[in-house]
Amino acid sequence: MFTGLNSIRFTSIALVLGAGLTAGVATAADLVVGFQQEPTSLDPTADATASIDGMLTQNVYESLTIVAENGEVHPNLAKSWDISEDGLTYTFHLAEGVMFHDGSAFNADDVLYSFNRAMAEDSVNPSKGIFKSIESVAAPDANTIEIKLKGKDAFFLFNMGQGDSAIVAEETAATNNATPVGTGPFKFDSWTRGDRLTLVKNPDHREAATVALDKVTFRFISDPAAATAAMMAEELDAFPGFPAPELLPQFEADPRFRVNIGSTEGEVILAMNNAKPPFDNVEVRRAIATAIDRDEIIDGAMYGQAVPIGSFYPPHGTAYMDLTGAYPHDTAKAKAVFDSAGIAGTTVTMRVPPFPYAMRSAEIIQAQLTEAGLDAKVENVEWGFWIDEVYKKKNYDMTIIAHTSPNDMGNFARGPKYFYGYDDAEFSALWESIKTEADPVKRDALLKQGQQYLTDQSVHGFLFQLPLLGVFRNEVEGYWSSSPVLYMPLKGVSKG
Amino acid sequence: MGYFLFRRTVGFLLTLLAVSVVVFAVMNVLPGDPALTILGLDATDDALAALREQLGLNDPLLTRYFSWIWNALQGDFGTSHSFRVPVATLIGERLPMTISLAISGMVLTLIVALTLGIGAAARHRSFGDWGVMFLSQLGIAIPAFWLSILLVLLFAVKLRWLPPGGFSGWSDPVAAMRSLILPTVALALVQSAVLTRVTRSSALEIMRQDFVRTARASGLSHRRVLWRHVLPNALVPIVTIVGMQFAALVTGTIVIENVFYLPGLGRLIFQSISNRDLPTVQALVMLFAAIVVTANFIVDLLYVVIDPRLKVRR
Repeated sequence: MFTGLNSIRFTSIALVLGAGLTAGVATAADLVVGFQQEPTSLDPTADATASIDGMLTQNVYESLTIVAENGEVHPNLAKSWDISEDGLTYTFHLAEGVMFHDGSAFNADDVLYSFNRAMAEDSVNPSKGIFKSIESVAAPDANTIEIKLKGKDAFFLFNMGQGDSAIVAEETAATNNATPVGTGPFKFDSWTRGDRLTLVKNPDHREAATVALDKVTFRFISDPAAATAAMMAEELDAFPGFPAPELLPQFEADPRFRVNIGSTEGEVILAMNNAKPPFDNVEVRRAIATAIDRDEIIDGAMYGQAVPIGSFYPPHGTAYMDLTGAYPHDTAKAKAVFDSAGIAGTTVTMRVPPFPYAMRSAEIIQAQLTEAGLDAKVENVEWGFWIDEVYKKKNYDMTIIAHTSPNDMGNFARGPKYFYGYDDAEFSALWESIKTEADPVKRDALLKQGQQYLTDQSVHGFLFQLPLLGVFRNEVEGYWSSSPVLYMPLKGVSKG
Repeated sequence: MGYFLFRRTVGFLLTLLAVSVVVFAVMNVLPGDPALTILGLDATDDALAALREQLGLNDPLLTRYFSWIWNALQGDFGTSHSFRVPVATLIGERLPMTISLAISGMVLTLIVALTLGIGAAARHRSFGDWGVMFLSQLGIAIPAFWLSILLVLLFAVKLRWLPPGGFSGWSDPVAAMRSLILPTVALALVQSAVLTRVTRSSALEIMRQDFVRTARASGLSHRRVLWRHVLPNALVPIVTIVGMQFAALVTGTIVIENVFYLPGLGRLIFQSISNRDLPTVQALVMLFAAIVVTANFIVDLLYVVIDPRLKVRR
C-alpha cells in the first residue's frame, strides 16, 4: 500500500515531529498480541469461547497432559503415567513442588476436585462429553491420581490436555471467570474488558528458566482493517489468528513482517441436512459434491490460502488420506443426477453463519449449484440465529461451518439428534472401534476407513481446512505455525 | 414549570417502561439460546440444562420480566449471562469511554458548525460560503467508518502521530486524549456538516429580519451584531438539531468504537446482542433510551432559556 521510500521518509519526519508523542515501544521481553475474538469469561472449564483457550490454556492454566504442535501428547502436571494391561486404568504421577499462582500448593486433591467438578450433575463444562468415559477418579496419595475408564478411550490422554480439563483449585474455581488462578508459566495480571488482557511471567514455574517473555498483553481487535492498521503502526508484535486472508499480501510485501500460513483443526463443510429430502438421497449428495468446485471456492473465499479436503479429517493428521479426487467437478454430470432425481429447479437454501469464510464460500457455491440446475439461495444469518435454528432445531437445508474441535469425526456418530440428521449404525460402529483402539497404527488405519466411508456416503460437501493465518514482526519467534488444539503456548515464544 | 417537570418525568418513565417491554419481547422472540452460545457446539444436553438453570432461563417469561423490573427498580440490573458479572459493573467500566467520546464529538461538532455556519452566513454568496457549503456536502456524503480507516492510515500508520485505536482510561490523561482525537474527528464529521448547514440557513433567516437592520443602523459592529443578535435568535432550530444529534452521536459510537477498538458501550451492546446476553442488552437499551429522552428534555428546557417567550406559553 505504501512504497518503501515513502515509509522511510515519513518515518524520519515522524521521528522529528512525533518523537515525543509516540507511545513507548515495548521492551524485548514484552509481547503485544492481537486477538480478534474477545473472551467473555476467563474460565475455559465453563465457557467454550475459543479465545479463552487461545490466551490462557497452558499459559495460565495447565492440564495433566499437554498436546504438542505435532499432535503428540506430552507430560505436563502429570510428569508420567502408567496404563493398565486392559487399557482402563490410568495412573498419573504428578509433578512435585508445583504452586498455584495464589501461593497455595498443588496436589492430587486439586486434580480430584477439578474432575469431580467437571463430571458433577450440575457441571457446565463445555466439553463434558470428554469426561463421560470416566468411571472413577481416586487419589491414592498426594502425588498420584488413578482414573478408571468405563471403556477404552483412545483420545483420553489427548483430551486431558485440553482447556476443558484444566486443573483448578477449589478455593479459586468460582472466581476464575474474572481472576484466573492456575499453575502455568504465566500469571494473570489484569483484564480490561473490551480492551486488553495482561499476563506476566510466573518466576516460580518449574520451567521458568526456559520462558523468554516477561509480559504478554493481548489486545482485542475484531475489525480486520483495524487489525491491519494496528500491526502496521507497530502497536502489536503478533496477530497469530489473523482474520482476513485478503489483507495478507501487504504484510508479505513488508520486510518488517513474517506471514505464516498453517493449519487448524477446523474442517469447513457444506453441511447438508441428511434427514431432509432431497439430502436423504445419497445420489443427490454425491451430485452436490460433483457440482461444487473446491479450487474456485478456495481461490474466491480464501484468496487461495487453504488446503482442500475430501473428507472429514485434517490434512496435517497422521491418518490423513487425500480424497479430494473422489468427486471431480462436473456440472453436467451433477445436472443429470438432479434431473433424474426430479429435483432440478428445486429451491435449496444455505443458512450461513456470519463468518467471512462461510459467507464468501456460500456465494460461490450458490453460483455453482445454480449452474447445475438447482435454485440455490443464500440466507446470511447471525450467530445466535444459526445456533438456535440450524444447530438446535435443525431447521435448514444446507449450511457452511468449520468444525474446530480435534478428533471430531465422532460427530457423524452422534445420531439423528445432531444437526447433520445423519443416522448410520455402520459408521457409529466404526467410530466406536476407532475410539477404543489403543494402538496408534491400527487406529490410523481405522481413521482412514472412516474418511473413506464418509466420502463414499458424501454426507456433506467437504470443502477445505481452515488455515491458521498469522502475522508476526520479524523479531517474534517460537509461535506454533499450526495448531492441533485451540491453544498456543507462549512458553517457547521470544521477541528479539 | 412545576407541572411541566412533572409531565416530563411521567413521560420519561413511561418511555422507559415501553422500551423495557419491547426489548424483552424482541430478545425472547429472536431465535437464540444463551446457554448454547456460551457452551458451544460440543456441549452435552445435561451441561446445557445445568447452565440454563444457573442463568434462570427456565422460569416463565412473565416471571423473568417482572423480577427483572422489580430488581431494576431497586437499582439491580442483574448479572450478565456471558460475562457473569453484574451488568452495572460492565456498564460502569465502559461508560467513561463512550461518554468521553460523545462529549468530545459534540464539542467539536459545535465549534466547527457554529464557526463555519455563522461565518458562511455572514459572507453569504462569497467564495468562503460556497467552500463551506461544498465541504459540508462532502462531510454528509462520507461514511464515518471509511473516514476512520483513512484517518488511521494517515495519522497512525504513516505519520505515527497518534495511536491507531484503543483506550486505556483516564489514569493517563495525555494518552487518553491522544486516543480520542481520531475517533472524535470521525464521529464529529457528519454531525458538524449537518449542523453547519442548519446554522447557516438559520442565521441567514435571522439576518433578514428588521431588528438586525435596526441593530446595524444603530452603529453596532458587524461582528457584534452577528454574535449578540443573530446567533441567539438563530439558536432555537440549532438546539433542536443538536438534541437529536447527541442521540445520534451516542449510537454513532457503536461504529466508531469497532473501527478504533475502543472499550465502550457500543461494542458491548453489539457483543451482547450476538451472545443473547439479555440482561446486558436490556440495561444498555434502557440506558441509551434514557440518554435520548434526557437529551430531548434538556433541549426543551433550553428553549425556555433561549426564548423566554416560550415560558409564558407553557
